[in-house]
Amino acid sequence: MLLIACPYCGMERPEIEFAYGGEAHITRPADPGALADDEWANFLYFRSNPNGVIAERWRHVFGCGRFFNCLRDTASDRILAVYKAGEARPGLAADEAGG
Amino acid sequence: MSQPFRADGLGSVDRSRPIRFTFDDVAYQGYAGDTLASALLANGVHLVGRSYKYHRPRGILGAGAEEPNALVSLSRGLGRFTPNLRATQIELHEGLKASSQNRWPSLAFDIGAVNDLLSPLFAAGFYYKTFMGPDLFGKNWAWTHVYEPAIRRAAGLGIGPREPDPDRYQRTFAHCDVLVVGAGPAGLAAALAASASGARVVLCDENPGPGGSLLAESEATQIEGFGARDWLAKAVAKLRDAPNVRLMMRTQAFGYYAQNFVALNERLAEPDLIADPELPRERLWQMRAHEVVLATGAIERPLVFPDNDRPGVMLADSARRYLNQYGVKVGERIVIAAAHDGAYRAALDLRKAGVDVALIADLRPDAKGLLPEATRAVGVEIAAGAEILGVDGRLRVKAVRIGIDGKKRAIPCDALLMSGGWTPSVHLFSQSRGRLVFDEARQTFRPGASAQRERSAGACNATFDLEGALAEGDAAGRAAALGAGFAAPVARAYPVSGALPAAVSSPAAGGRGANAAAGRRSKAFVDFQNDVSSKDVNLAVQEGMRSIEHIKRYTTTGMATDQGKLSNMNALAIAAHALAKPLPEVGLTTFRPPYTPVTFGAFAGPARGEMFDPVRRTPIHDWAAANGAHFEDVSLWKRAWYFPRGRESIREAVARECLTTRKTVGLFDASTLGKIEVVGPDAAIFLERMYANAFRKLEVGRCRYGLMLSEAGFLIDDGVIARLKPDRFHVTTTTGGAPRVLAQMEDYLQTEFTDLKVWLTSTTEQWATIAVQGPSARDCVAPLIEGVDLANEAFPHMHVREARACGVPARLMRVSFTGELGYEINVPSHFGGAVWEAAWGEVEKRGGCAYGAESMHVMRAEKGFVIVGQETDGTVTLADLGLDWAIGKSKKDFVGKRSLDRPDMLAANRKQLVGLLTDDPAIVLEEGAQVTEGANPPTGSSALGHVTSSYPSAALGRSIALALVAAGRSRIGARLNVPMPRGAVQVTVTSPIFYDKAGARLNG
Repeated sequence: MLLIACPYCGMERPEIEFAYGGEAHITRPADPGALADDEWANFLYFRSNPNGVIAERWRHVFGCGRFFNCLRDTASDRILAVYKAGEARPGLAADEAGG
Repeated sequence: MSQPFRADGLGSVDRSRPIRFTFDDVAYQGYAGDTLASALLANGVHLVGRSYKYHRPRGILGAGAEEPNALVSLSRGLGRFTPNLRATQIELHEGLKASSQNRWPSLAFDIGAVNDLLSPLFAAGFYYKTFMGPDLFGKNWAWTHVYEPAIRRAAGLGIGPREPDPDRYQRTFAHCDVLVVGAGPAGLAAALAASASGARVVLCDENPGPGGSLLAESEATQIEGFGARDWLAKAVAKLRDAPNVRLMMRTQAFGYYAQNFVALNERLAEPDLIADPELPRERLWQMRAHEVVLATGAIERPLVFPDNDRPGVMLADSARRYLNQYGVKVGERIVIAAAHDGAYRAALDLRKAGVDVALIADLRPDAKGLLPEATRAVGVEIAAGAEILGVDGRLRVKAVRIGIDGKKRAIPCDALLMSGGWTPSVHLFSQSRGRLVFDEARQTFRPGASAQRERSAGACNATFDLEGALAEGDAAGRAAALGAGFAAPVARAYPVSGALPAAVSSPAAGGRGANAAAGRRSKAFVDFQNDVSSKDVNLAVQEGMRSIEHIKRYTTTGMATDQGKLSNMNALAIAAHALAKPLPEVGLTTFRPPYTPVTFGAFAGPARGEMFDPVRRTPIHDWAAANGAHFEDVSLWKRAWYFPRGRESIREAVARECLTTRKTVGLFDASTLGKIEVVGPDAAIFLERMYANAFRKLEVGRCRYGLMLSEAGFLIDDGVIARLKPDRFHVTTTTGGAPRVLAQMEDYLQTEFTDLKVWLTSTTEQWATIAVQGPSARDCVAPLIEGVDLANEAFPHMHVREARACGVPARLMRVSFTGELGYEINVPSHFGGAVWEAAWGEVEKRGGCAYGAESMHVMRAEKGFVIVGQETDGTVTLADLGLDWAIGKSKKDFVGKRSLDRPDMLAANRKQLVGLLTDDPAIVLEEGAQVTEGANPPTGSSALGHVTSSYPSAALGRSIALALVAAGRSRIGARLNVPMPRGAVQVTVTSPIFYDKAGARLNG
C-alpha cells in the first residue's frame, strides 16, 4: 500500500484514502463536435501506459476530496512528485526520470 | 513417561514443567519450551508425515520455518482446527492434540504409498501428458470427470476445517523509525544500536523467544565475557526496559512492499488463548518503517542424494539446534553427509553430548582445515571423497550406503545428517526489490543493491560467523538510526570467544555428483514438500525448458509454502549443470510473499459476518421489520423486499401488493435513492453539461427525468432532478449509484468545468423518501401536507413544492415509478419514521398496503421503465432504450454527446429494448436467458439478445419480460425463441410498455 502526500492537505496518507483517476493532462476537447471519429476515440481510449514515469490523477476522496496529480514510476511503484490540479507537470532530476 | 532421547544438562527447556500431548492419539510427554518437533524427537519419533505426491514416509528435516515434511494438523475442537502447521514451529502446550496428514489408514501403513511404485506416471509435467482421453462424452471428458477428481482426492496435504473459525483476529496499523526483522545476534545488535539513538524501534521474530542462532550455541560460546545465553538475557532485558523499543515475538514478517511497508503476522500463545478466548488469535500488523534492518538469518542447504528423504535424515545444524536448544539427541548412532564444514560443528557438539558419530562422509575430495581436524582429533572417522549411494530403512533410517575409493560400504545408523552449506534468507530483501548478487566464494546469492531504505545484517547477508554478525548488526542499527534522522551512537564491538568457528568454506555445489548415482527406482529429492526429485529437474531441461521460471512451473519445485527455502539452490545447481551454464546466469525465481503461510483469518481480520461490510438502513427500517418485511441487499442497503401477510409466498405477496397499489394506494420506502444537492449560480449550466437533458430552461418547481451518460455515450445513471430555486437542484440517483455519480460530477467540476461556480453535497442520508402511489394517493397525502394546493392542475405530474409534512419541512414531488398517480414526500431523516407512520395511517384507512422493492420492480416493468444496471450493462445507449426523446437536442455539448455520433452508435442492428410475451402466459422467462431466431440455434451462432427483466404480472394476469434484442423495434410482432435446457420457449416481440400505454393513470 502506497503512502501518498496530498498536495492540498500537505501530509502523507495511506492509499486507501485515495481513488485512482487515470492518466493526467488529458484535457477534454473544448469542442468535441469538431473532432473526427479517430481523434475522439484517441481522447476516449488511448493512454500512454509507459514502463516508467507517468503523470496520473488521484483524488483524496476520503480526505479533502480534491483531485491532484502525481508522477509515479510504474516500474518501481515509486511516487516521484505530487502537484495540484492545473499545475504544470514538474521536471525531475535525471536519475529519477530515468525510471 | 520417558523421553529416551533427552541429553542430560543441555538445552533451555524447563524440565520442571512436563507437558502432556498426543500425536496421532498416542500420548507423549515433553517440556515447556519444546516445540512439537523437539518433543517428538525426544521420544524417538521421526516419522511424522507422508509426502504430497508419492506418499513417502517422511521425518523431521529442519528445526524452523524451512520444515517441508513435518506438517501436522492441530485441533482443539469447535472449529479450531488448523492443517499444515510446521511441527518445528508449534509450541508445546498442555493438552496439545496433533495429527499427521495425507495418510490412510495410518501413518505407518498408507494405501496411497502405491503412488511411489507408480512414480514413473507422476514425473514432472505428468498432468499434461498422462491423463489424455478417452473423450467418451465430449472434449476433455476423462480429465474433467475421472482423472482430475481422482488426483484431487489423492494429492494435497491437510484438509480444511468445515466449521466456522470461532476465534477473533485483529488488524493494526503502525509506524516506527527502525524495524528490525529477526532477533538473532545480528538483529539484537542492530536493535541495541538503533534504540540507543532514541529511535522508535520494533524488533520482531517468528519464534516464541529472541536469540535465533544463539540458542543453538553450546555452553562454551561467550560474548563480551558472558555465556551466550546470559548475554542474550542481558541484551533482551535492556531492550525490554527501553521505552522506545517494542519487542514482538511470534511475529512473522511475511511480506515486504513498496515504501518500506512490511506486513507482520503476530500469533498469540496458545495457552493464553485457552485461558482467555476473547483475546485475538492473530494480529496482522501493517507496519510502515522509516528504515528497516533485515536480520533474517540463513537456512542450511540439504544434499541431493538417493533416498535423502528417509525419516531420520535431517539437516546437520538442525540436529545441533535440537541438542543445544532443546536438549534432544536426534539419534544414538549417526552418520553425517558433508559438503560443507558446518557438518563438523554439529559433529563436535553431538560427540561431546555422547552421541556415537559413526562416520562423516565428506563429499568433497578432501577434508582439511580447523573443523575437520578438530573432529578427527576426537576420534571421529572422516571419509573424504565419499559418495552417498542410498539410504536403507523405509520408516526410519537403518543404514547409509556410501561409495569410497571405488568400494561400497554400508554403515548402520539411526540418523543421517546432511550439510550442504548455508543459504541466506533473502526472501524479504528480494520482495523489497533489492538486487541479489552471486557470491562465488560462498556459492550463494546474497543481497546486493537495495531498492528501499533497508540493509541486511548477519547470516542473511552471508556473514555467518557470530562476531561478524554482531558487528554487522551493530553497524546496520547505527546506519538505520542515522537514516531515520537520529544521531547514531558510537560503534560497539562484541568480542566472541569459545565458539566453534563458523564454517565459511565453499560448499560443493548442489550435490551434483551424488545425483548421478540415483538409480531407476530411487529418488534424490530437491523439493521435499512438492516431491520434486533431481530427475524431474533434469527431465524439465531435457523437454526443452530453459528459463528457471519455466522449470519451476513444470516441476513445481520451490512453489507453495517452500518458496525456495530449501529447494532453490539445489534445483538451480542441477538445472545449471544440465543447461551447461554458470549458476548465476540461470538466475533465481521470484520470491513471493508470504514467507510462511498466513491464515485467512489474519487477512480477514474483523471483517467477517456482520462486520464484513457496513450496513445501511433507512429511517423506516424498524417499521418494515416490525411489519414482517423480508429484506434484500441492494449495494450496502437493506431494502424491504416484500411484506408477506400470513403464510403468503413472495409471489402471492407481490401480486397482492401490486394489485392493491394499482387499485387503491401503496406506500413505498424510497429513502435508499441517492440524493445530491447541486447549488450555485452555475448549477443549471453544470447539470446541462453533466446530463443528456436540458436544464437551463427548466422552471423552478418542476422536475425532469435526468439521464447521465459516460463520456463514451452509454447510460450510467438516471434519476429525477427537481429545481427548487434558480440556483438549487435536488438531484436523485439510483440506489447505490450516488457515490459514483457524485465522483463523476466532482471530477468534471474540479478538472474540466473549472469555470463554473457550483457546490455539490451528498444528501442521501439527510432525506427520508416516502412514496405514495395509486389512485388514492392524493387523498392519503392531503391530510399530511400544509401549504400546497394538491389539485391536478395546481400541482401536476413532475412538479416539486417545498412544504411542510406533519409539521416538518418537506420537499414534495409529484412523481411516479409505477405509472399511477404518485407523490414522494422527502422529510429530514430523523422525522422519516414519524411521517411514514402518519402516511401509513392514511393508507391503511383506505385499504392500501405497504409494498417492497420487488413490487416496485414489477410495476415499473409493466410500464416499461428501465433500471440502470438491469436493462443496461454499460454498453446501452439512450436510443437503444427508446429514451433519446430526453436528449437536449439544442445543446452544443454534454458529457457523452460526441460519442453518440460514432458509427457503431448509429448501427442499424444495435440491441433495442422491447417487450417479450410468452405463448404460454404462465411461463416466466429467466432473466439473462438468450433470445434467438430459431428454436435450436446452431452451435457457435450468436444470440439476438437477452432477457433483462421478467416477472409474473398480476395486473396483466400473465408473465411479462423486457429484453434487449438486435433491431428489436423492427421486430415487433415477430416470433422469437428463448432456448432453455428443457426446450425453447416461444415468445412474441412487443412494445416494452405493457400497462396503461396512454399513461392516463398518471394524471388521476
